[in-house]
Amino acid sequence: MNVAVGHGAAVRVESCGKTFADGTRALEPATLDIARGETLVLLGPSGCGKTTMLRIIAGLELPDRGGKVLFDGNDMTSVPIEQRNVGMVFQSYALFPNMSVADNIGYGLKIRGMPSGERTARVAELVALTNISGLENRRIDQLSGGQRQRVALARAVAIRPGILLLDEPLTALDAALRDRLRGELNRLLRALGITTIYVTHDQSEAMELGDRIVVMQKGSIAQIGTPREIYFKPRNRFVAEFIGAANIIESPIENGHLVLPGGRQPIGGDVSMASAVAMIRPETIEVVAAAAAPLSGTIDSVSFIGDRQRMVVSGASSKLLTVDAPNTVKAEAGERIGLLIAPDAVRLLPPED
Amino acid sequence: MRDRLIFTAQLLFTLLVAAFLVVPAILSITAGITVNYFQGIRSGVTLQWVFQVWELYAGTILLSFVIAFATLVVTLLAGVPAAYALHVRGGRLSRIVEEVITLPLAIPGLAIALALLLTYQGFSDFRRSWLFILTGHVIFTMPFMVRSVMAVFATVDIKTLDEGAASLGAAPWRRFLDVIVPNAVPGILAGSLMVVTLSLGEFNLTWMLHTPLTKTLPIGLADAYASMRLEVASAYTLIFFVMIIPLLVAMQLFADKEQAR
Repeated sequence: MNVAVGHGAAVRVESCGKTFADGTRALEPATLDIARGETLVLLGPSGCGKTTMLRIIAGLELPDRGGKVLFDGNDMTSVPIEQRNVGMVFQSYALFPNMSVADNIGYGLKIRGMPSGERTARVAELVALTNISGLENRRIDQLSGGQRQRVALARAVAIRPGILLLDEPLTALDAALRDRLRGELNRLLRALGITTIYVTHDQSEAMELGDRIVVMQKGSIAQIGTPREIYFKPRNRFVAEFIGAANIIESPIENGHLVLPGGRQPIGGDVSMASAVAMIRPETIEVVAAAAAPLSGTIDSVSFIGDRQRMVVSGASSKLLTVDAPNTVKAEAGERIGLLIAPDAVRLLPPED
Repeated sequence: MRDRLIFTAQLLFTLLVAAFLVVPAILSITAGITVNYFQGIRSGVTLQWVFQVWELYAGTILLSFVIAFATLVVTLLAGVPAAYALHVRGGRLSRIVEEVITLPLAIPGLAIALALLLTYQGFSDFRRSWLFILTGHVIFTMPFMVRSVMAVFATVDIKTLDEGAASLGAAPWRRFLDVIVPNAVPGILAGSLMVVTLSLGEFNLTWMLHTPLTKTLPIGLADAYASMRLEVASAYTLIFFVMIIPLLVAMQLFADKEQAR
């Protein structure tokens, strides 16, 4: 397989499901196309099937009968992982404790029969790229979590894989380090431009890194889209609530308005329904004088977060509304306020089953 | 005051138990180097019995070590890959195989020996050679090798390491040599020491399987006690001690080192 650097392979997953030997259905048959050079994030809570999907693409699990995995149009379904030319970063990193950092990074090159001179040069290149200079001769148990993560990434990228697969690579790190490495990882992935499939349960990681996000729920795909689409146009309540904060309101509709206890809120889109489940993001609600908006309510509490303040408002809808207001707005608990919401900021979701 | 009393009582009890175990061993060893055991140490100290044992049983002792190391080689060659396969594959079948391998621990050596005799009585060359004893020893010691290697596999998450090596392009045998074996060294060492010690000391099975020409250390010992002066048999015990104690000490040191990690 000859794959140019900086491009990688296009991946197609065709109706791949996975039922384990004990009968548990980890993944409903799903079809997925990943473009050459794209970063696709599989996002969902634990047990949603995202890791199973990744392992099927990697070649660590066989899909159920009828499922197919194609790289650049070639059927790879029965090809074992060692012949798929994928680079993989594991959640636990899977670094070899019996080898030095440099030997870990160079292992895939050694397997490919690269002469030792060339190998040393390539390892040095990756050590520089991942910022771990000076650690080459360390043992793995002498590294910190962040350093291990970098070594694992360097090792996976060293072999110039067609596809880079990352299974929760930042989950094992503490929060501050995770944020920093996320930025670094993002720059690195953009620089490599390689087809990347990234598994995480962290929505902010998914937002920052993904060209597209696949939100998964209970073994099936809930929605596929760009971070913006997923955030602003969630297809159902699960997606809306999993990504960011969301007010979910059930309300009857009357000629293009949600009829709420605190007033009538105009909505865009399809208004022919008699009632709807609507989603409103907290930061799309503008706090104005009570008389200046069709919808009004009473502030229950205000918490100052720094870059914004989060208000909980009662009386506007049947449930408490969460509002994220700029930190300059002056309002106190008990005050009556108007809530100005643009019609297209109200997203109608399909009714619950 | 009361604590001191309890402590003293406990100490005494411990010493008593230790003496109960150690005194016979010391008696046996001194018997092996006294001129005449019935006259006691007054009759003088000698190594003649030791030399006599060596002359009579050098072959047996040598064969014992040959069998022990052959057992080690077989359990290593079969046991380590088996442990790897069982661990990586997992699932019900692996569990069943693991149980089957472990079964000889629960079955009396006598029964295993009878089964072997019944099965191979037609192959008289095999029956008469030391390889027959080797077979019995491999069956008996295999679970110790497989179990100690698998125990290490469980602590170092060998499955993920294996997948990591596979993702880098390594074929199964390459992964086994480059990643699995080096990371299983503690288990392999512990298993090896156990296999060698058990094989050297094994009596039950070997008693049933041996022929006059294929005897091992413990069989020779029984033989010596049954048919020779007590001093000779005791000298034999002494030799046995000298050979097996270093192995036991090594095993203990090793276990301590593992615990310290």
